[in-house]
Amino acid sequence: MKIEVNGEAREVAAPQLDAALVELGWGAAKVATALNGSFVPAGARGETMLSDGDRLEVLSAMQGG
Amino acid sequence: MRDFYGVSLPLPLMLGTARYPSPAVMEAAFRQSAAPVATVSLRREQGAGQAFWDMVRGLGVHLLPNTAGCHSAREAITTAQMAREYFETNWIKLEVIGHADTLQPDPFGLIEAAEVLCADGFEVFPYTTEDQILAARLVDAGCRVLMPWGAPIGSGLGLNNLHGLRSLRAAFPDVAMVIDAGLGLPSHAAQALEMGFDAVLLNTAVAEAEDPAAMAEAFALACRAGALAAASGPMGQRDMAVPSTPVIGKAWL
Repeated sequence: MKIEVNGEAREVAAPQLDAALVELGWGAAKVATALNGSFVPAGARGETMLSDGDRLEVLSAMQGG
Repeated sequence: MRDFYGVSLPLPLMLGTARYPSPAVMEAAFRQSAAPVATVSLRREQGAGQAFWDMVRGLGVHLLPNTAGCHSAREAITTAQMAREYFETNWIKLEVIGHADTLQPDPFGLIEAAEVLCADGFEVFPYTTEDQILAARLVDAGCRVLMPWGAPIGSGLGLNNLHGLRSLRAAFPDVAMVIDAGLGLPSHAAQALEMGFDAVLLNTAVAEAEDPAAMAEAFALACRAGALAAASGPMGQRDMAVPSTPVIGKAWL
């Protein structure tokens, strides 16, 4: 299915968020996720199902003031 | 003694992690100043996040994640939730920006986000102005720390509204307050602490100095001086001169 990942159009096969993250290359990475503007805790990624057109944000630590 | 959600800091200095010429220089600034708090952020993962996470964890300081760049309560709330999981802390520097040019806080969005986050167990450090009504609403929402600005973010102007900040400090004697934003020089930090503020938070003044590590140390010294002065009970000001050397016993010449 086609979803938007960090602002870019991507194609993923897995319907679950945790599997999609592995597919996208973030299997082992420490990241925080939000789907369509709502936070998805790491523990809930396995039961979070993706749909066509979803907006996924995958964030990690960055310098800040 | 006012603390930050139960945490007492050995030095009232919170230092940002952005805009340094290199990660090594940032580390040196923390080492040389012994700043016990580092502000951090969350952004789209582009490969550098893991290394930065390892580095900030290695600093051995308290991490204060921010919601920088958020322009609505909803955005700030989601960012805070993600930051809590990522950085493993309930602390959140809550920024809800009202205008892209002034970076002035949006007081309405700030209250809305603070209410939701405090109720959800966050320990909120709201970036606010010197407005006392806004401060009262933030305290009602559950904030036990306030972070009034000194001047616009990144401006280096120091404490822009001394009267307003002094009044705010006096109006909420039990609330810990951090002067956040706008400091440019160590003397600004010393002044804030002399006025009874509990800490300062700064980034650009150190990161954009020619020698960031030395400037960080200068701020640390200023913070120590200011805090010691506040605890020592500064003298009152007066309009007339008063000689310090006794007049009695002066020779008739």
